[in-house]
Amino acid sequence: MKLFFAFIRKEFWHVLRDTRSLIILLGLPVMMMLLFGFALSNEVKNSNIGILDLSHDESTIQLANRFDQSRYFSVIKKLTRESEIGEAFRKNELRMVAIFPPNFQDNLSHNKQTQIRFIGDATDPNTSNIMINYASAIIRDYQNEILGEQKLLYRIELESSMLYNPKLSSAFNFVPGVMTLILMLLGAMMTSVSIVKEKEKGTMEILLVSPMRPIMVVITKAIPYLLLCFVDVLLILLLAYTVLDMPMRGNIALLLAESILFIFTTLSLGLLISNLVNTQQVAMFISLVGLLMPALIFSGFMFPLENMPLPMQIISNLIPTKWFYSIVSTIMVKGLGIEYIWKQTLILVGMTIFYLTIALKKFKIRLE
Amino acid sequence: MLSQETVIKTHNLTKTFGDFIAVNAITFEVKAGEIFGFLGANGAGKTTAMRILCGLLSPTSGEASVAGYDVYKENESIKKHIGYMSQKFSLFENLTVKENIEFFGGIYGLSRKEIKEKGNDLIHRLGMEKEAEKLVGSLPLGWKQKISFSTAILHQPKIVFLDEPTGGVDPITRRQFWDMIYEATDSGITVFVTTHYMDEAEYCNRVSIMVDGTISALDTPNNLKHQFETDSMEGVFLKLARQAKRGE
Ligand SMILES: Nc1ncnc2c1ncn2[C@@H]1O[C@H](COP(=O)(O)OP(=O)(O)O)[C@@H](O)[C@H]1O
Ligand SMILES: [Mg+2]
Repeated sequence: MKLFFAFIRKEFWHVLRDTRSLIILLGLPVMMMLLFGFALSNEVKNSNIGILDLSHDESTIQLANRFDQSRYFSVIKKLTRESEIGEAFRKNELRMVAIFPPNFQDNLSHNKQTQIRFIGDATDPNTSNIMINYASAIIRDYQNEILGEQKLLYRIELESSMLYNPKLSSAFNFVPGVMTLILMLLGAMMTSVSIVKEKEKGTMEILLVSPMRPIMVVITKAIPYLLLCFVDVLLILLLAYTVLDMPMRGNIALLLAESILFIFTTLSLGLLISNLVNTQQVAMFISLVGLLMPALIFSGFMFPLENMPLPMQIISNLIPTKWFYSIVSTIMVKGLGIEYIWKQTLILVGMTIFYLTIALKKFKIRLE
Repeated sequence: MLSQETVIKTHNLTKTFGDFIAVNAITFEVKAGEIFGFLGANGAGKTTAMRILCGLLSPTSGEASVAGYDVYKENESIKKHIGYMSQKFSLFENLTVKENIEFFGGIYGLSRKEIKEKGNDLIHRLGMEKEAEKLVGSLPLGWKQKISFSTAILHQPKIVFLDEPTGGVDPITRRQFWDMIYEATDSGITVFVTTHYMDEAEYCNRVSIMVDGTISALDTPNNLKHQFETDSMEGVFLKLARQAKRGE
């Protein structure tokens, strides 16, 4: 046990002293999150929206004005019929339409209840979704104001739907995506590079002639990266919920547990790579091209899997990132529990055991 | 000082990489307490032979035992009784002198107290009190090699293997290094050392000279000089080196 801690402590010093790997480990997730977040919120500045106002009363005019005044929207078109929406979207005139039903004000003051529908153009679902989030916030503010005045319980029900892409998905889909990519990249690359570095520098020999069991040598090298990857998960969640205002959904404990599982998957891949190669460059190359690229292509994060040709869809099942991405977005975006992801979880567990078994089997007790 | 106990024994020990014979049927014995010089030009096969003896490489054929343990089956036991200073650099450049000592003490199973005592003692003997907290990477090569040697024998192993420990350092530092080697043998450690500096061969009790994977001479420095009719190890080496086919 003493040996064990001596090793781990050493590895921590290594990581913490190496500014370059620290920047990659902690800077990269922050940068990716902020970039994606910034790109998204920039997308929706002064977006063109339409209003289909079927009641045309004081409240609806007020609300339409609020939309127009907000920095996110400009109301450029008043529609008269629902059938006009499709055409406006097709012509790229509008990106979202808010529909006020007839008798909006009456219903609000007499029945204390009314609805607004948002229809987004889902050809760009992320943007549409974030627009609907902003629009909903405007309605909520309005509602709070009139509630404040009258101390009465009004309810405006919000309903949103997407044209052209009904199944979709939240603006925050990039958060699970970033998480998947970061863990895949760092878990596999940093571990394999750090092990291969010792081989290259010749210090691996020194570790291997020590009385420490060779397998322990490698396992202790992976542990600091396990912790650092976990810190990255926390960092990403923190940024998502605080800076990017992602709605908090799903069970955090479940999410963290699944993340730890996936970190094990990526570390096993890292160990596997480090057994196969002898130079840091090759380790890095394999991690980037052999792991990160498929992770990008086949996770469903950048390119929807449903649209891929069948052979590609079949291949995607072999890529662990696909399953983790699906798990994280189910928990974080849809807010669902383990009963929806146990299959993916089992697949990941299976993959991890598989990689780890080959990695440890292939691990050479002696040098080549 | 020399006893009759044999601590390293090989018989026709051979290592091939593909069809290249790096170490070709070498046979020798090293007695406890000896300084055994393992000489040879670059590429002669010294490092390969040493790695086999340390349990880092499996031999292709032949026999060898170190500290009484068989290199094929008992390499984990061998590791408990040896120290090793590799030809490539053996310390972690990203750690301070102190952290390196703590690390190596730790992996060789010394207690915290022992590490502290031995570590302080070591730093004191090397006169590196001021450098103890510096990163090893920032120190001159000669210093690194002294620290490296000291950490390799921190746990008082039976045998220490030194692979070109003085490569690339100035003659004064080399002399100091050899003083440290003598101190180690005085404390009962057997030293197995490779070098290609012929003057260092004179410091060894016995030397073997490896040419192209085979041992072509093995004796005390004086006997070798007699045998080859020259007055220096340099001369012995030059006569042998003419047989060599492998380039530098
Ligand atoms: N892993 C290996 N694979 C193939 N050839 C090797 C390997 N290790 C060493 N060699 C070759 O074996 C020969 C002896 O190398 P080495 O033992 O390092 O020599 P020395 O230490 O005497 O300079 C060299 O020609 C070297 O290229
Ligand atoms: Mg060598």
